[in-house]
Amino acid sequence: MQTEIIISGFGGQGALFAGQLLAYAAMDSGFEVTWIPSYGPEMRGGTANCTVIIADEEIGAPTVLNPRAVLALNLPSLDKYEPLVISGGVLVANASLINRPITRTDISAVMIPANEIAEEIGDKRLLNMVMLGALLGKLPVLPVEVIEKALQAHIPERHKRLLPSNYAALRRGMEFAAQVPSPIHS
Amino acid sequence: MAKELLKGNVAMAEAAIRSGLQAYFGYPITPQTELLEWMAERMPLLGRTFLQAESEVAAINMVYGAACTGARVMSSSSSPGVSLMMEGISYIAGTELPVVLVDVVRGGPGLGNIAPSQGDYYQITKGGGHGDYFPIVLAPSNVQESIDLMVLAFDLAEKYRSIVVVMSDGNVGQIMEPAELPPFQPLKTVYPDWAVRGAENRAKRTLSSIYIKPDEEEVTNFRLLERWHEIEANELRYKEYFLDDAEIVVVGFGSSGRVAFSAVRAARAQGIPVGLLRPITLRPFPYAPLAELSKSAKAFLVVEMNAGQMLDDVQLAVAGRTPVEFYGRMGGMVPYQGEILAEIMRIASESIPLEGDPRHRWAQRVNYGRNGHK
Repeated sequence: MQTEIIISGFGGQGALFAGQLLAYAAMDSGFEVTWIPSYGPEMRGGTANCTVIIADEEIGAPTVLNPRAVLALNLPSLDKYEPLVISGGVLVANASLINRPITRTDISAVMIPANEIAEEIGDKRLLNMVMLGALLGKLPVLPVEVIEKALQAHIPERHKRLLPSNYAALRRGMEFAAQVPSPIHS
Repeated sequence: MAKELLKGNVAMAEAAIRSGLQAYFGYPITPQTELLEWMAERMPLLGRTFLQAESEVAAINMVYGAACTGARVMSSSSSPGVSLMMEGISYIAGTELPVVLVDVVRGGPGLGNIAPSQGDYYQITKGGGHGDYFPIVLAPSNVQESIDLMVLAFDLAEKYRSIVVVMSDGNVGQIMEPAELPPFQPLKTVYPDWAVRGAENRAKRTLSSIYIKPDEEEVTNFRLLERWHEIEANELRYKEYFLDDAEIVVVGFGSSGRVAFSAVRAARAQGIPVGLLRPITLRPFPYAPLAELSKSAKAFLVVEMNAGQMLDDVQLAVAGRTPVEFYGRMGGMVPYQGEILAEIMRIASESIPLEGDPRHRWAQRVNYGRNGHK
């Protein structure tokens, strides 16, 4: 049994780090996990995405065509991955940078104004944590406390003063997503 | 030691350092650069040598010189950079020096791109440089194997006075997985009796790849061959999955091997009697186990990220006893599980001919890529 999550956005939005954090948390919880970036000849402002697979058995292929969940941090990511999420999967999209609704009706869809929520907390760079929190609100692949512990354990000492705002961003994202109704499956 | 979340390239660099690496010479190239960067940071801190050369040609010749002292030395690069090193590699082989080289293979030919590929199989396993020599080639498919095979590479290089190439690819280099690093080995203090380290109080030694007289070169060629036969007898490594009752045998290494593993597991869940043999040493190649499997299997499927290079070796092993099919992606494309699963299901339901060329059949099936691959 495995769960595949693609996190995709512009370079600099923190897509790769959000994926690494999820991978650390999965490892710390004793799961098998892979994190793999798309590594094109890209720079800040280009596209950046990673695939995280969390499993209870050996992981073969580290990339998948049809993931269980997608975090789309910008419009090009939504356009690319919305058709690919498996039926019954989860799609979280950053409403702050996306000017169209999610059209799929067979998935759990969350449009969340991640930039605005991050700015309310005090730092627009927290948008990746807001998005990750929203994922956990719809797909409880790991408890939020495990993510918070992983954040504390694996970020450099000089960034530790930012932990409370990161925790707040995760929680705000999670609460927002939990209030969005999921589609009813037969 | 506890597991850490490590990137393949970084894990290989740290494993080499812990194996007692004394000097690293290299030149940056994606998708291998994190390896060199890790060396740049760590080696000087440990009082060891890191040197970024002016080119790959310079780097491999620095490795050549340093290896003559009997020190543990290595370089790393990616496909176009490794091509530049081929002259030096042949000289190292001709001088019978232990050297470790990492090739994090990318899309080609030519400048190609930086995406994962296995297009260097022929070049790396069949020599690449000129003359009769036999490199040991190890192919990791995950981060833990990248670590374990780096440690093994130095031991094999010194045991057989041989070049050992760790042939990784962009995906295995860039992936992060939980893995355990080895303990630190002390740096060597005793050097082999062929090493040139200054001839104080002893007779002069010479290391060279020049044998002007053909009969003396032939003696050397036979010495290399004899050593190779010893390697073939002792150092074969491969991994088997679900092969006990397999009617279809999938063969894949490195990145394509782990995608094949996913596909084989999915096919097994649907009741298809399929297994996987994943070569870990690409040279020596597991001819004998594949020959044995060909006596009971109904068909083979070779999966690679190239146009069918290891395919030749599988066909040599199978020797026409059993039909062989091929599925490949090229140019930096990586197959998805579903593509390989579809091939397994097709082979399970079709009769595959013994005659004909599997590479030709594959190219026809995918219409030379004009069908619009995902």
